[in-house]
Amino acid sequence: MNPLSILLIGLNHNTAPVELREQMAFSTDEAKKAVNNLCLSGDISEVLLASTCNRMEILMAVKNRSEAVDTAKKCISRIKDILINDFEKALYVHEGDNAVRHLFRVASSLDSMMVGEPQISGQIKQAYHLAAREKTMGVILNRLMHRAFFVAKRVRTETGIGDHAVSISYAAVELGKKIFGSLENKSVLLIGAGEMAELAVEHLIRNKTKKIVVANRTFENGVELAERFNGTAIRYEEIYTSMVSADIVISSTGSPDLIITRAQIKKIMKARKNRPIFFIDIALPRDIDPAINRLSNSYVYDIDDLKDVIDENINDRNNESVKAERIVDEAVVNFRKWHEGLGVVPTIVALRSRIDEMADRELKKTVQALNLSENNIEAVQKMMGSFINKILHDPIIFLKKNGCNDNNSVYLDTVKKLFNIDH
Amino acid sequence: MNFIILGAILFYALSMTGYLFYFFLQKDNLQKTGYYLFAAGFLFHSFNIFSDFKTLGVIPVLNLGQTLIFTGWTIAGVFLLFQKKYNLKILGIYTAPLVTLITAVGSCFPSEVATVDTLFKNFWLILHIITIFIGESAFALACGVGILYLLQEHAIKTKKHRFFLKRLPSLEMLDSAGYASIVSGFTFTSIGLAAGIIYAKLAWGRFWSWDPKEVWSVITWLVYAVLLHERLLAGWRGKKTAVMAIIGFFIMMFTFLGVNLLLPGHHGDFTKW
Repeated sequence: MNPLSILLIGLNHNTAPVELREQMAFSTDEAKKAVNNLCLSGDISEVLLASTCNRMEILMAVKNRSEAVDTAKKCISRIKDILINDFEKALYVHEGDNAVRHLFRVASSLDSMMVGEPQISGQIKQAYHLAAREKTMGVILNRLMHRAFFVAKRVRTETGIGDHAVSISYAAVELGKKIFGSLENKSVLLIGAGEMAELAVEHLIRNKTKKIVVANRTFENGVELAERFNGTAIRYEEIYTSMVSADIVISSTGSPDLIITRAQIKKIMKARKNRPIFFIDIALPRDIDPAINRLSNSYVYDIDDLKDVIDENINDRNNESVKAERIVDEAVVNFRKWHEGLGVVPTIVALRSRIDEMADRELKKTVQALNLSENNIEAVQKMMGSFINKILHDPIIFLKKNGCNDNNSVYLDTVKKLFNIDH
Repeated sequence: MNFIILGAILFYALSMTGYLFYFFLQKDNLQKTGYYLFAAGFLFHSFNIFSDFKTLGVIPVLNLGQTLIFTGWTIAGVFLLFQKKYNLKILGIYTAPLVTLITAVGSCFPSEVATVDTLFKNFWLILHIITIFIGESAFALACGVGILYLLQEHAIKTKKHRFFLKRLPSLEMLDSAGYASIVSGFTFTSIGLAAGIIYAKLAWGRFWSWDPKEVWSVITWLVYAVLLHERLLAGWRGKKTAVMAIIGFFIMMFTFLGVNLLLPGHHGDFTKW
């Protein structure tokens, strides 16, 4: 009998509009309920469910494809309280190699809306941990998921897909590194507040910047923000003096006019002894005079400039994904080999030849050491042969009987591991 | 022209190709290949220099061909040391073609030497030649680093040339590497000038004779002295240093070759052909 086949059903940003994706998003509790329910049905042996804001994927090892698909659809409909007709069209169903490939591509962020974005691998890991805690995965999905993590890692390290900044804060850090080399021990001045600016500061902190100084028109707000970054707050009037020591200035105020002008920076550059300074202007309308960019050793990037950087990086990412697809293809083939080997007959054959091989090796040693005659060698060989038959008799009967039963892959996999039979 | 120097040129040229590919494809292995090919070229080159030294008994800078070959050799050596210390991977894109060109041009000149003056065996002269060549090689690298700095700065400022932005190292790294090569160049040329002056006293009985080569050497030295002074006191850095390093190198080139070819003086032999 064949091992369980792998089935994947799901929907993503390409097949479903955002409203539907919102409706189909599973909370942790719902996901828990779903995997347990699905596992109870007789057609599905192993389940994993991953749900993010851009996709929902159910990965299963099943005995009967069409029944499993129906069960899964019903289950979704029940838990999310939505009619099957409403989401059926957005669903895709992949089987076998296609399902494996799809999973690998998702895990290595090739199927993401923003190719190469790093969050997805964490989200897939969460789904894996949930299924592991609920014990809804068996040998096959376990192995498949580990392969998926491995592929994702290879794609990340061997292709440039993860290198390129795709968020404003990534782009800012990347540029900062091109100016300062390392951002270690650089000090940062944040003027104003705002989600994007704060994100950028957090990113800089992760790159080991030394000092964070926060200036806000309302001093109290500045203090609050500074505490969050483990930095210090200064009064708004102090920004010019503090720019003498700052290396990176992030500005995000609501001011309708420029707050930092070329003339001011010209003076400050003298006091800084021309040490480079990098302005990141996230405000709209702008806070920092673009003419400052023409002064030597000072660099100004506003939000549009950063967006251009991001656009180009996205382009590069798409090019690198060709390489990544090749890695995925390789992994799919390798997994198929392992999966096919899970059948009862191949396992028995492999087990038999593994033992024969060992016996042959030992026999040769003994023959050499004892200098036996032809007749004696034959006798020893015979003895070994029947010995092997006796030893393997019960395990093989067991595999033939139980291996075809419900969850055969556990036994098959265990045998392979016990005897170190190559996958 | 001999086969050893041809071998050196061949390896330098291959190294140059390696660096070119590295520049476009950005694979670290290509950079390593370029580096090792360059080192192989340097081995051949060194062998050539030492065998010349053995036959002549003096440092082989007796005519223009020899001088250029020797220049290529010191630039290559200084580059290899510099690379070890700073690991400025991309610098080979400048050095490999430069060394290939200088060595190849040098090898095209006839290498026969008429007479070897015993004056050439003086300690101060040997010190003078070696330190001056090392110092000038360091200035040559500073010029290359300066060019890279300007390219990268331009890329960051104009926000357009992402091609260079991605491929070149950070401004900070280029700036400090350039500064380091100017400092070492300055140190060596200072020693070299001092040794030259002492040698002048021994050979011609006076320290200073207003020879054009002497005058231009001091001008070159002053350019770099001003550069360093301004950097330390007024914080000249980045673009200004880079531009000065390039200008300084051109003045140095004139002192090195231009003066000999255009103006009369007592370094004449050195570039005779």
